[in-house]
This record gives sequence, C-alpha cells and structure tokens, in this order.
Amino acid sequence: MTTAATSTTKVGADAAGGGLRFYGVWLIGIVVLIVLPMIFSSGGSLTSFSLIGIAIVFALSYNILLGQTGLLSFGHAVHYGLGGFAACHMMNAVVSHGWPIPLPFIPLFGGIGGLVFAMIIGWVMTKRAGTVFAMISLGIGELVASSSLILRSVFGGESGITTDRTALPKLLGWSFGPQLQVYYLIAFWLVLSAIAMYALTRTPLGRISNAVRDNPERVQFIGYDPHVVRYLAYCFAGFFAGVAGGLTAINFEIANSALLGAIQSGLVLFSTFIGGTAFFFGPILGAILVTYLQLGLTNLTTAWQLYFGIIFIGIVMYAPGGIAGLLMMHRPLIRAGTLWTVIPSYLVAIVPTIALACGVILTIETVARFSGGDAINLFGIAFNPTSPVTWIAAAVLVVGGAFVARLTWRRIAEAWDRAATVARDRGYLA
Amino acid sequence: MLELIVISTLNGVLFGMLLFLLSSGLTVIFSMMGVLNFAHASFYMLGAFFGFQLTKWIGFWPALVLAPLLVGAIGMAVERYGLRNTHKHGHVAELLLTFGLAFAIEEIVSMIWGKSPLDYRVPALLDFPAFTIFSTNYPAYKLFMLAVSVIIFVALLIVLKRTRVGLIVQAALTHPHMVGHLGHNVGRVFMAVFGVGSALAALAGVIAGPALVTQSDMAAALGPILFVVIVFGGLGSLPGAFIASLVIGLVQTFAVALDGSLASAFGPLDPAAGPSVLTDIWNVTIAQVAPIVPYMLLVIILIVRPMGLMGTRES
Repeated sequence: MTTAATSTTKVGADAAGGGLRFYGVWLIGIVVLIVLPMIFSSGGSLTSFSLIGIAIVFALSYNILLGQTGLLSFGHAVHYGLGGFAACHMMNAVVSHGWPIPLPFIPLFGGIGGLVFAMIIGWVMTKRAGTVFAMISLGIGELVASSSLILRSVFGGESGITTDRTALPKLLGWSFGPQLQVYYLIAFWLVLSAIAMYALTRTPLGRISNAVRDNPERVQFIGYDPHVVRYLAYCFAGFFAGVAGGLTAINFEIANSALLGAIQSGLVLFSTFIGGTAFFFGPILGAILVTYLQLGLTNLTTAWQLYFGIIFIGIVMYAPGGIAGLLMMHRPLIRAGTLWTVIPSYLVAIVPTIALACGVILTIETVARFSGGDAINLFGIAFNPTSPVTWIAAAVLVVGGAFVARLTWRRIAEAWDRAATVARDRGYLA
Repeated sequence: MLELIVISTLNGVLFGMLLFLLSSGLTVIFSMMGVLNFAHASFYMLGAFFGFQLTKWIGFWPALVLAPLLVGAIGMAVERYGLRNTHKHGHVAELLLTFGLAFAIEEIVSMIWGKSPLDYRVPALLDFPAFTIFSTNYPAYKLFMLAVSVIIFVALLIVLKRTRVGLIVQAALTHPHMVGHLGHNVGRVFMAVFGVGSALAALAGVIAGPALVTQSDMAAALGPILFVVIVFGGLGSLPGAFIASLVIGLVQTFAVALDGSLASAFGPLDPAAGPSVLTDIWNVTIAQVAPIVPYMLLVIILIVRPMGLMGTRES
C-alpha cells in the first residue's frame, strides 16, 4: 500500500521533472549555441562550429532513415548536394531578379530542392527495405553524382556553381559577410531543424515509422502500407538533408559535385552510426565527433580516413548502439546507485586500452610514413618510422596491449553483469 | 563499323566475364548468408595489388596462384572473426561492417602503394598480338583473361552442379538449418564459401590489373557497378548474375566506343537559345554517358521488374 502510494507520487514527480528536464536540455543547447562564439571567437573555431552545425543537421536528417525507419542509405548526400545546388541557384536568382528574399530564408529552398528529388525518386527506391534499398540508394547516388558532371549548365561541371551571399537583401542590418553572422544563421537553422525533426519522431508518422522499422508485416496487418510510410520518411529526410546542403552553400558560397558524392554519403553514415542511431541525440554526438576529428586529424596525419574506418568497424562490432548507446547503458545503473561498482574495473582497463590504441596508431603511422621518413610524434615522443626500435615498440604495444586489455574487458563485463543484476533487482532495468 | 562491332563485342564479353567472376562470388555469399559483401570489390583490388607486388618478387605465374590464396585467407578471417560475431546484430550491421572494411582496405592500400596508378605490366610471355582483325591488333593477354574467366566459370558450374560439395552449398543456400541438422558444419561451409568468393574476386583482380588500371580507387569505381549487376540479374540468382554481367559488360563497352551524340545525329541546336539542360543533353556523346549507363539500367529494371531479370523473390 505504502509502496504503491510512493510509486505513484514518484511517477507524477517524474513526469513534471521530466518535462522540466526536457525543456531544460533544449534551452541549455540553445544557450550553448549562443554563447559558444563569445568564448571561442577565433576565425578557425567559428569555421569549425559552422561545419559542425551543418553536419548535425545532416546527420539528424540521415537518422530519420537509418534510426527511425530502418533504411540504410548509401546515397543520402544526393539530397544534401541537390539542396546545395538549389540554394546556390536561388541565391543567384534572387540577386539577378532583385527579389526581396533575405539570406536566412535560402536554406528553405535548399530543403525544397532535396525534397523535390526525394519525392521523384523516393517512390521507386522505398518499394523495398533492407539490403535492396541500400544497394539501390548506392546506385542512385552514383547516377546523380555522375550525371552532375554531364549536365554542366545546372551543376557547373568540375568547378561547380559559385554565388555571393552578401549580395542578397539585408535582414535587420545583417549582411552575413562575417563568419560570425553565418554561424548564427547556421545555429538558428540547426535549432529549428532539430526541433522539427524531434517533433517528427513524436508524431503518429514518426511512431509508425518505428513500427515499419521493427516489423513491417504487422504494420500491414493494422492497415498501413509500409511502402507509403517509408516514402514519407524518405521525403522528410530528403528535405532536411537539403536544408543542410543549403547551409553548406551559404557557408562556402559554392556548390560542386563533391557535395553529392559517395564520400559525403559515407561520412554522414559514419557520423550517425558512430553517434548512435537509437537515440535522438546520438547523431548529434556523432556529427560533432566526426567533424571535429576530420578537422583535427587532417593536419596531423595523412591516414585520418583509416582511423575513421577503424573506429567505425569497432563500433559496428562491439557497440552497435554507438556512443549514445554506450552512455545510455549507464542510466539504469546510475538510478539504481550501482555505477560505483563498475568504475574501478573501468579505471583498470584504461591503461592497457590506451596502450593498445597507441600501438595501433604507431603501426599505422609507421606504415604511412615509411617511405616519406617523417618522424612520428606521439605525445611528445618522437619515433623514427624506419628504425626497428619503433617497429618493436609498436608490436609490443599492440600484442601486449591487446592481451592485457582483453583480460580487463572481461573484468568490466563481469562487474557490469553484477551491477546490472542489482539494478534489475531494484527495478531500474527492464 | 564492323571492326568496331567485333572488337567491342570481344572486349564487352571479356569485361562481362570479369564482372561475373566477381558477381558470382557476391551472389553465392549473398544468397547463402544474407550478407551483401560491400568489401567484395576491395578483395578484387587487393588481388590486383598483391598480384603486382608478388609479380615483382616472384614473377607473374606464381602470383596468379598465390595472390588469390592470400586474399582468400583474408576473406575467411573476415568471415570467422568479423561477420560471425556481427551476425547477432542483424544483416544491416553485417553490411555496415563490410562497408567499414571496404573503406579501411582502400585507405590501407593507398597508404602502402600510394594513390597513383601502378606500373603493373602484362607478363612478357603473353605480350604479343594474338591476331590482327581489320588492322587492329588484339592482344594475347586479353584472350588469356577470357580463357581464365571461362575456365573458372565452367569449373564453378561443375563444382556446384556435379559434386557433393556443390550439393551441400546449394542445400545451405535454401535450408541452412536442415543442412546443419544433417551433421554438416554450416559455419565452416559459410567460411569456405566466403573464402572462395574472395579468392575468385582476387583472381579477377590479378588478371585484370595489367589490362585495366591498378589504382587505390579501383574498388570504389567497380563496387557500385557490381551491385547493379546483382540487382539487375535478380538477387541470389547465379544465371541472372551471369546474364546481367554480360549485358552490362557489353553495354558499357559499346557505349565507351561510340562517339555519337544527339547533335551529331540530328544536327546542332540553334546557338541563339544559349546553354541549358537541353544543350547539355543534346551535345553529350554516348562515350561520356557510359559511366552512368549501368545506373540507368538499374532504375529502369526497378521500375519495370523490381525483382530483377531472373529473381524470384521480392525481398
């Protein structure tokens, strides 16, 4: 009786607290976006923030397909790129015709560009899900990327279409010449799109998309056509990818065929999956991480793409929930108060895992720089890629690190099981 | 014109047979394990690069045998330690794993051998014109490629249709559980099939390397066409993959050889109209369109016959 009473009050408090926390998270996000450029005001960090903002919109749009509808697309950059071209053409048209459309509305036209193509091609593509959809999306991606080089009048061939964002009508005195103003424009569209895409997951369409992902047959039994649901989800994803493309066009003042290509499609897949597809905030984390790594690693190493590949393979094999999934695994333990029993084994595992990572990095860099002969600088220690000392160090780190790390990982798994059992007993784990 | 037709037919059949060396392995792996191996074209690329390196060290003929074996071993390791562990997370996770692998292999290859094309030469023994037809010398090496592909094709057919191993493989395609209940080690069959598929892809790489370009982007260039082939032919259908390989090989070879455009057929457009999408389409030559022809075929087949040429199932 008492337990029942307390649990009901607790549920009520949770709902109210949950609402507060829910809006709190969004408000904190908005405040962070506003304050960030005031703390890091250098040109380089503004550029990075702008790129990360665009990558977040793009990754979130991709998750409408992969996470929410279960459609694995290898050609999502098609909508991103077409959105970019639509935005560029719109900006040039606004300037040449003197239309009273200020710059902040341009991403909308990018979105329409992505949407229109999704509406045309989506119906054929979404007939089937799973592997077949993945392959078709790859084929369509290649088709559009190759066609863009042929239709020179629309896509500008190799050099692309350029535009001038400052030539558009001003809004409230903002010319959008300085990067800071572009950053705020991107942040504004980021918040708007994120809210819209979150809201989409709460609509009946969002819910039935999840059902189509999990069991299309049952969806048919209750009277929905999975094909139509997939098509609608595809159109929404295309629209928001187009918005991201439009933002890119504004940011760089150029759209070229590289935006449409397989590399962009691969990057957005990496961001979304590394971040985690099962939670709304997963792609946000992934986009931040991947863009940040991309910007940071390109200066440090020529083999930066290989690190992406390795991180991605590791996530697919060992943590298919991505970073968000790993984080959210700890929630029931925190609530049950058993997290502290796991932490010691984490601390023990850190050392051999870092040793293993260093060994892998050393191996990759040795191979990458073997012919060039540049020294490898790992945490301030210089290694010569042609000297056997480096090879031995790398081998010892990889083999020894892997051996010890496996033992410590096993310890984590055991500690985790104990903590999870306790949490389950206390009723925090389903 | 006749010269062009004969030479293009020969080249087209050759390219088609090469495609079939790749698509046959991909199809068998797909229908057996439900895994679309994204890294299949990467094994082809590895074959070409291993072939190049081994040719430098020990000569072409040992490389022709050794490189596929090495790649086959890599393929088996991928199945045993990668795919088998990922299987519990579903087919999408397996597809993503092979996607990550393809990405990583491309990076490793360009890290070791660089991004520029390699000087992978035709072996001296086969470096002579086989016959002259309408003033065109047809290289003997291309005939050798054709012969190897046909031999492998026939051998595959015999193994699959006439031997006990082929029987088990065929049974495992449709009824893996039943085959397991009969006492066969299905896991080992899968691993072997994956290894053989990778080795065949590598063999295609070794023999195609000297004739085509051996470069670190060759997998990314061929991979999508391979997927078009198996969707076009019907997923999981070997005869379909065979027909589709030949069709796409021929269509693409002919498209590359033809230089006509709408402008050359019907005369140039009125220049006063200015540049537009129409002028782009009007002036583009068939050779320039060649790279997108396979994808256009893909879209057409999806609209007309979504299960592919010889496919039987919708999904």
